[in-house]
Amino acid sequence: MVSEEVSKLLERHEGKQGELISILEEIQAKYSYLPQEYLREVAVQTGRSLTDVYGVATFYKAFSLQPRGKHLVSVCLGTACHVRGGPAIAEEMEKQLGIKAGQTTPDKEFTLETVNCLGACAIGPVVVVDGHYFSNVRTGQVREILEKSRRGLDVVEVDTDERIFPVEVSCARCNHSLMDAEHIIDGHPSVRVTVSFGQKHGWVCISSLWGSYNVISKYEIPFDTIVNIFCPHCHAELIGGALCGDCGAPMVPMIVRGGGVVQLCSRRGCKGHILDLDGTTFD
Amino acid sequence: MVTLTINGLQVTVEEGTTLLEAAKFLNFPIPTLCHVDGLSPYGACRLCIVEIGEGLRSRLVTSCTYPVEEGLVVRTTSNRVNRARRMVIELLLGTCPQSKVIQDLASKYNVHQQRFRQEYDDCILCGLCVRMCAEQMMAKAIGFRGRGETRSIGTPFDIKSDVCRFCGGCIYICPACQLRCTYNQPERAVCGGCANISAPCLEKSKFDDMMCYMDPCVACEIRKD
Repeated sequence: MVSEEVSKLLERHEGKQGELISILEEIQAKYSYLPQEYLREVAVQTGRSLTDVYGVATFYKAFSLQPRGKHLVSVCLGTACHVRGGPAIAEEMEKQLGIKAGQTTPDKEFTLETVNCLGACAIGPVVVVDGHYFSNVRTGQVREILEKSRRGLDVVEVDTDERIFPVEVSCARCNHSLMDAEHIIDGHPSVRVTVSFGQKHGWVCISSLWGSYNVISKYEIPFDTIVNIFCPHCHAELIGGALCGDCGAPMVPMIVRGGGVVQLCSRRGCKGHILDLDGTTFD
Repeated sequence: MVTLTINGLQVTVEEGTTLLEAAKFLNFPIPTLCHVDGLSPYGACRLCIVEIGEGLRSRLVTSCTYPVEEGLVVRTTSNRVNRARRMVIELLLGTCPQSKVIQDLASKYNVHQQRFRQEYDDCILCGLCVRMCAEQMMAKAIGFRGRGETRSIGTPFDIKSDVCRFCGGCIYICPACQLRCTYNQPERAVCGGCANISAPCLEKSKFDDMMCYMDPCVACEIRKD
């Protein structure tokens, strides 16, 4: 099991500079820490000694040998955050979570760590939870931040979030609008296209909100499947030749009304979408 | 061949020789802790510093890692070198005040005062044992872990390594921790040298394939109270 997984990773990174770190990073991303058996397997398969692998794994702060909580809370104690009250925030976090910095709560919800600079000194003191930045944090906000994190920070409130706005698109070939007022997703008309994967062929409606990844489709599309997208009007395949920067799957281009291009990754579940309102990267 | 000047004496040595070797050839004493013939140079202890160059452009380099250069002017015991070397000794002494090797060095170089808080560590991170294990014993059972303040030497996961053969080479070569013995914790042992002589707490059969460096083993002199 472990050995198959590691050999798959090795295949992807073999021979590249820094392959060891890339492999460890992927394991860390998947399990949120580096399990002992994986480190042993990596050592065997890369032909390195376990000592070397262990040395690398303990050298970098990004790697953890202990299981981490579901949410990683980083409190910045860099110079700027320090003088603006970072230590008080860290102390309050420790008090609220009942753990010391570097530890994980017994219910495996939170891991608290202090970092020395996040490079966001202007908005300090900074707290980062699961990649979400909280700026100018006061001790009074600590409870709120933790509660928000417990609910999940990736949940987007469509109505209030400024990062979300609707995009109207049309087919890149026949220029026919792809908007579908019959299927409402997130309170806006959706983008309706034809989708084909495996033996299945049917429609899919994609939320027209930039930043929302909600879709409804005739057939349930399994995660990680790469699909072919067609225009429901001219039946041409929507394909531009560009590849997703995140996962390498082909991108699906659509013309944005008012100018520009939006490219969606054709892999289900991948969020590697590009919105380009100047149209400068469209080939 | 490369010709250079060491303490005013001209010497011609082969290319690729280090300054330390060249100075040894001329019998100029340079103290070292982390350098042992047969192991790759490491430059960790900084004791072997020498001054190269002249005037304002002179600088201190570690002679064990610096290869000879044509026309190089080297001073092994200038005032600047002595000052820096004594500071290094004082710092080492602060880390491992109980090490006989470091105490001897301190007395030899007239370091009589200790201005730093004493740490009573048993390791100066010179990496000798790591190189011994990897280069001479071909085992790579121990290595550096962590970094900065928390850097340490040991086996992965702090458990007995599968590749350790209890040769005791790491303890034999250590300048700081000659007596760091783990014989009463066999599951963490990195040496096991004491098993050569009937140690009361170990089953000797476990160590059949042992090749011990320590003859006689010093570990048996420690008694667990």
